[in-house]
Amino acid sequence: MEEMIKQAQRLRRDIIVMIGEANSGHPGGSLSAADLITALYFRVLRHRQSDPDWSERDRFILSKGHAAPALYAALARSGYFPLAQLKTLRKFGSPLQGHPEKGKLPGVEASTGSLGQGISYGAGIALAGRLDRKDYRVYVLVGDGEINEGQIWEAAMFVAFHCLDHLTVILDCNRQQLDGSTKDILDIEPLADKWRAFGWHVVDIDGHDFEQILSAFDEAKRTTGKPTLILSRTVKGKGVSFMENNNEFHGVAPNQEQVKMALEELSQ
Amino acid sequence: MSLFSHHAVGKRVKTLGAATRDAYGQALVELGQKYPQIVAIDADLSKSTKTALFAKAFPDRFFNCGIAEANMVSIAAGLAASGKIPFASSFASFLMCKGFDQIRMSIANPGLNVKLIGSHGGISLGEDGASQQSVEDFSLACALPSFSVLAPADEVSCRALVHLAGEHLGPVYIRTGRPKAPRLYPPTESFQWGKAKSLIEGQDVTIIANGLLVWEALIASDLCHEKGIDAGVIDIHTLKPMDEVAIIEAAKATGAIVTAEEHLKSGGLGSRVAHILSEHHPVPIVSVALQDTYAESGLPEELFEKYGLTARHIFHAVEQVLKKK
Repeated sequence: MEEMIKQAQRLRRDIIVMIGEANSGHPGGSLSAADLITALYFRVLRHRQSDPDWSERDRFILSKGHAAPALYAALARSGYFPLAQLKTLRKFGSPLQGHPEKGKLPGVEASTGSLGQGISYGAGIALAGRLDRKDYRVYVLVGDGEINEGQIWEAAMFVAFHCLDHLTVILDCNRQQLDGSTKDILDIEPLADKWRAFGWHVVDIDGHDFEQILSAFDEAKRTTGKPTLILSRTVKGKGVSFMENNNEFHGVAPNQEQVKMALEELSQ
Repeated sequence: MSLFSHHAVGKRVKTLGAATRDAYGQALVELGQKYPQIVAIDADLSKSTKTALFAKAFPDRFFNCGIAEANMVSIAAGLAASGKIPFASSFASFLMCKGFDQIRMSIANPGLNVKLIGSHGGISLGEDGASQQSVEDFSLACALPSFSVLAPADEVSCRALVHLAGEHLGPVYIRTGRPKAPRLYPPTESFQWGKAKSLIEGQDVTIIANGLLVWEALIASDLCHEKGIDAGVIDIHTLKPMDEVAIIEAAKATGAIVTAEEHLKSGGLGSRVAHILSEHHPVPIVSVALQDTYAESGLPEELFEKYGLTARHIFHAVEQVLKKK
């Protein structure tokens, strides 16, 4: 568990350095998802960095594509590409596009960035797995602002109806979206009740507590006959005091001074 | 040399074949037998799009997404990313308009091997009216990088083109139609990917048409023949990649082009032909297409008459273009 916490802090430092270097990007939602993505890449997912297209691999879809820095950091630290490449984020000619693009970077399973599509895409992968009698699992990370999108609920119906229990959705519930608090923009609580009503098994956790995160993934694996939603309560900007719950850092890069301050905090 | 010959006006025998959507349904079953990785998905219109035939033949490889086109398109992308060859079908207007962002992001961007089949294309679906009539689908589909876009004219060409699409690696959009289509080709006719069919070779003007307008173009060429105008006819069944050589050769041979399509004038066949010729071999062009308007309820013949898509309209376009020569 200690090692997981350390790894997550490394990812957070990568995220700050990358976004600072790019001078644009989405720190808040990358930091809120950092612990979840760390747990996935370094404990949960069955994957091979030496063979990104391994047919038996578990698939991870970052539906909230703007959290790309968190995904790229996890991929680099898993060995998919050199760490040094992280600093090319959003730069001309780099495979580290502003939002993930399938085919440009090893380990990226889907092109995302237009919100709302990841669960449907994951459903297609899960259906193919069922047809091919493979036992790989599909994980889709969505944001709580993202679930304003109607397609999310089309997919929620479809996945539950087809009992795609190899598909798990992680809802990064950081309670902020671009224009403000999710409560003020389009409040859609009670979330657990909604997903249960759509036929999902819901696990409600603190998305920064690794014991709870890992136990939720275990519970998802044990749950058969219905898909699982991990309702992960997180803090936007988690780990950097002046970014936490601060909506200004949804889509704005820290300046050099702020990068320095953030890295100091994340080194403790 | 020509596949077809001119007839005296009124003497060309119109034999109705199956609708292109029926030909698609049949071809999809044939493809399904040949390739186990082919799967079909639909959005509660399988009886209309004819994927119901596939569903009956391969119930395990068919998924009905319900009335949720955006979800269906992204599911198709996920299936393709996992090695399947998904054929996703709905009415052309719902598939392209409701699914467009999903098509753009999850299929066109990575260039995934998804086949999208939009049925009830154009205004010839008739009575259901403008909400169901797809008049922008080619414009939308042709705008997508990595996509191939097909517009078959009759059952034989549709069946052959669906087979070619299934074997082509990359995203494809095919429009099929609701009504029975006049039979053009013998059942054994063969087609090549992206290669236009020259039906009649002409000296004075070439009519380049697709879909149901190919039949109208043949009738128009008979009208021309009667007036001493030698009009060629090309069935341009593939809008993208477009057979540039055939179009440039026709422009060089006849020096005047008429395009004819069941689509808005903007962004369809006429626009694409004009673009190619303005770059490579500028000649006068007149487009027969739906002007900047939606259509309405009515019989296909009534709508073709009102919105200017009949053989007579094509003939008038020929007269116009010849004046500019």
